Amino acid sequence: MSATDTHSHEEHHHEETFITKWIFSQDHKMIGKQFLVTGIVMGLIGVIMSILFRLQLAWPEQSFPILETILGKWAPDGVMDPNIYLALVTIHGTIMVFFVLTAGLSGTFSNLLIPLQIGARDMASGFLNMLSYWFFFASSVIMVASLFVESGPASAGWTVYPPLSALPQAIPGSGLGMTLWLVSMTLFIVSSLLGSLNYIVTILNLRTKGMSMTRLPLTIWAFFVTAVLGVLSFPVLVSAALLLLFDRSMGTSFYLSDIMIAGELLENQGGSPVLYQHLFWFLGHPEVYIILLPALGITSEIISTNSRKPIFGYRAMVGSILAIAFLSFIVWGHHMFVTGMNPFLGAVFTFTTLLIAIPSAVKAFNYITTLWKGNIQFTPAMLFSIALVSTFITGGLTGIILGDSALDINVHDTYFVVAHFHIVMGLSAIFGLFAGVYHWYPKMYGRMMNKNLGYIHFWVTFVAAYGVFFPMHFLGLAGLPRRYYTNTAFPMFDNLASINVVISIFAIVGFAAQLVFLFNFFYSIKRGTKAGQNPWKSNTLEWTTPVEHIHGNWPGEIPEVHRWAYDYSKPGMDEDYTPQTVPLKEWEEEGH
Amino acid sequence: MTGIIIAIVVLLGIIALVQIVRIFELSREVSKNDSNAVTEKDNDTQGKMMLWVMIIGLIGFFYSFYAWGGKLLPKPASEHGVDIDSLMNLTMAVIIGVFLITQPILFFFAYKYRGVKGQKATYYEHNNKLELIWTTVPAIVLAGIILWGLNTWVTITFPDSSEDPMVVEIYAKQFDWTARYAGEDNKLGYSNVRLIEGINVLGVDTEDKTSADDIIVKELHLPVNRPVLFKFRAQDVIHSAYFPHFRVQMNCVPGMVTSFQFTPTVTTAEMAQEKDVIANITEINELRKEAGEVDMYSFDYVLLCNKICGAAHYNMQMKIVVESEEDYNKWLKEQKTIAQSL
Repeated sequence: MSATDTHSHEEHHHEETFITKWIFSQDHKMIGKQFLVTGIVMGLIGVIMSILFRLQLAWPEQSFPILETILGKWAPDGVMDPNIYLALVTIHGTIMVFFVLTAGLSGTFSNLLIPLQIGARDMASGFLNMLSYWFFFASSVIMVASLFVESGPASAGWTVYPPLSALPQAIPGSGLGMTLWLVSMTLFIVSSLLGSLNYIVTILNLRTKGMSMTRLPLTIWAFFVTAVLGVLSFPVLVSAALLLLFDRSMGTSFYLSDIMIAGELLENQGGSPVLYQHLFWFLGHPEVYIILLPALGITSEIISTNSRKPIFGYRAMVGSILAIAFLSFIVWGHHMFVTGMNPFLGAVFTFTTLLIAIPSAVKAFNYITTLWKGNIQFTPAMLFSIALVSTFITGGLTGIILGDSALDINVHDTYFVVAHFHIVMGLSAIFGLFAGVYHWYPKMYGRMMNKNLGYIHFWVTFVAAYGVFFPMHFLGLAGLPRRYYTNTAFPMFDNLASINVVISIFAIVGFAAQLVFLFNFFYSIKRGTKAGQNPWKSNTLEWTTPVEHIHGNWPGEIPEVHRWAYDYSKPGMDEDYTPQTVPLKEWEEEGH
Repeated sequence: MTGIIIAIVVLLGIIALVQIVRIFELSREVSKNDSNAVTEKDNDTQGKMMLWVMIIGLIGFFYSFYAWGGKLLPKPASEHGVDIDSLMNLTMAVIIGVFLITQPILFFFAYKYRGVKGQKATYYEHNNKLELIWTTVPAIVLAGIILWGLNTWVTITFPDSSEDPMVVEIYAKQFDWTARYAGEDNKLGYSNVRLIEGINVLGVDTEDKTSADDIIVKELHLPVNRPVLFKFRAQDVIHSAYFPHFRVQMNCVPGMVTSFQFTPTVTTAEMAQEKDVIANITEINELRKEAGEVDMYSFDYVLLCNKICGAAHYNMQMKIVVESEEDYNKWLKEQKTIAQSL
């Protein structure tokens, strides 16, 4: 590659082989792309699963030959087996939450953008960074492999509550499938920890001259806080998983007590299934923000750039990220209002949970104000970012109902919850991911994605997404529980069947739109129009690097930073953007 | 009903298709130069799309309430359910209000400030006063919701102890429910899974004197207007006893006993006479007739399992009958106590 010739001679550097460049790469840009492509593949698996169970939910009695083709013995005569239905929702949830929206989103953009936006040659430890990817890869392989075991993959729901997840007698998926799930998740957490530690160290130590914390782009703030959340909460999930592993295979009783199953009395005594839930949700709730914050960071950057305006209230945005992150550690109990937890504790968790609405509201209002009197450039990335703000508001609002213990005891575990978290976490984060991909694609591949295919992808996805999840609120308020293989066992739900049909049609349409994206993504890698160095006229440092990737990012000196990242349309400037590398003029006051 | 929905979906599909074709046409026009830079025309089209999709979305929003609003759970059948529903209505009013203000503003701004060549955006980086307003206003509104919510929560979970509730155990296992009445002494005999044997399916300790008058049944009957203290147990995995009409659920956890107290206030017969219940039943029975079902549906309260518990989770149910004190006593007399049946 010619770019290596222009490489700064300060960097000690050895010839890259195929393996060190493409496979065991230690370059953060390549690792970011590896995370992205793996995430896309996992996302495709996850979304196909959702289409399969949507077929079952909309047309429960009907036979679909395609189900037998895909699921084999799990769908005799094209009718899905109840166990595999539960397996599909379980693995769909696991893949989407962890493999797509955690690793695929945070892994991709933290890796790609942290060194580029803070002005560093690479991550603090390229080697750990490489390990982080390969642990993630191994974990993905094991998770996918678990789909093929004789007794089926894990099927106790993505939260894998024991005893259901601990006892193979309770559900076939709790056999080998569950063991693989635990192994896969443990590797995943190792990957996440290695990545997060690296991100934190890099951001704190490797910022270029002039890049003070208050000049960091909001993307970096979001990635930083996300990494801190991950480091503090994921280890708790490891301990939860380990104890579960002990209960499963070594006869301990951390989570098990007084159980008789399939006519067999178990020895276990003294454990508590509720303990697992406390440990799980101590990660599980921060996990929501581990997913959401990077998407919000990406959105802040894209909305500001494409409104050609500074992000409104930079300090408030940073403050609200910090407030959300802090609160996210003391709200986990709102997932457990109906576990028989002391009602007093329920009251405390209601209080802390609803507080999160305040920093969230600040963020939403600031986004809207950033659009106000802007000169909005509707790139596909911008469209997805605006859509993110919309779903963040919609889903956040229903959180006020679910976070309130007195209301939760009625709607808990119904489709109302499914609607809520899919909109606020699933859609917002996936929109953030799409926005990021469209926006930084030129940085990743040196080419542009096709704009018009992007528009089609956006509009169909956006309409279909609301079409899928909005009606679910009604299902929930009609009392329909989630994770039901079919609703036909209760005649009282018969007249909800038509709503399920509508949802499934939207799901299939939405899925079709993702094929457009896939085509656009892979086609453009080789055949997209060549990108300029700064296609969106953006201020941040990544656009000062050459289009062709080079190891070490900048051919010469790392540029110095003189201002914050949001000087768009600043009065007195000729252009409507002023990159961070431009020194402050004498008359100029720095924005913040 | 389904017809209308399908028509809407088809209509939306056609609109989408037309838009796609238009976009393609537009793209061909500009493809001579750099086809992937955003043009002024793109900004105009996409900005207008923002407005139109918002308007269609709002129509869909209101239509969904019109079409599906009647399918929601009928009026609450318990004392605390009334409190929950009024809190729910208040919260719903607030969030729908916020939704209907913020979403249109968001999309309208996107439309209004769509990019025009040569136009410069306003440099507006922060405004402490504005930010203070939208921190404190949500804080005040939330404080109200929190206070009301906590007040309701305390009323629900710490019921008046002088009420002397009737004690009933709900017992869950894969995949059915069993209920045990505490009998005349209103005390449940000790029980543990280790004591399960033969027809003693709940593992009741027969040596415990308080267990002799306990009554085990497969259908839950409750006298109207009498507080009931439910004790929940599970034998194998976690289940959740969900009483949607009574607005409550509680997990049944192996190895521990959870509890919840409520007072049913509407009998099954009364609820079946409610206008929206009748409307739903008529609709359901029409659907069943269409599908060739022989059994017609009549209203019943029902207990569902609401925590994933295995293959037949979707079909774990128990009928609940709320009836007058007399009818309840008559029914109870027909049931055998543990002393009689073991």
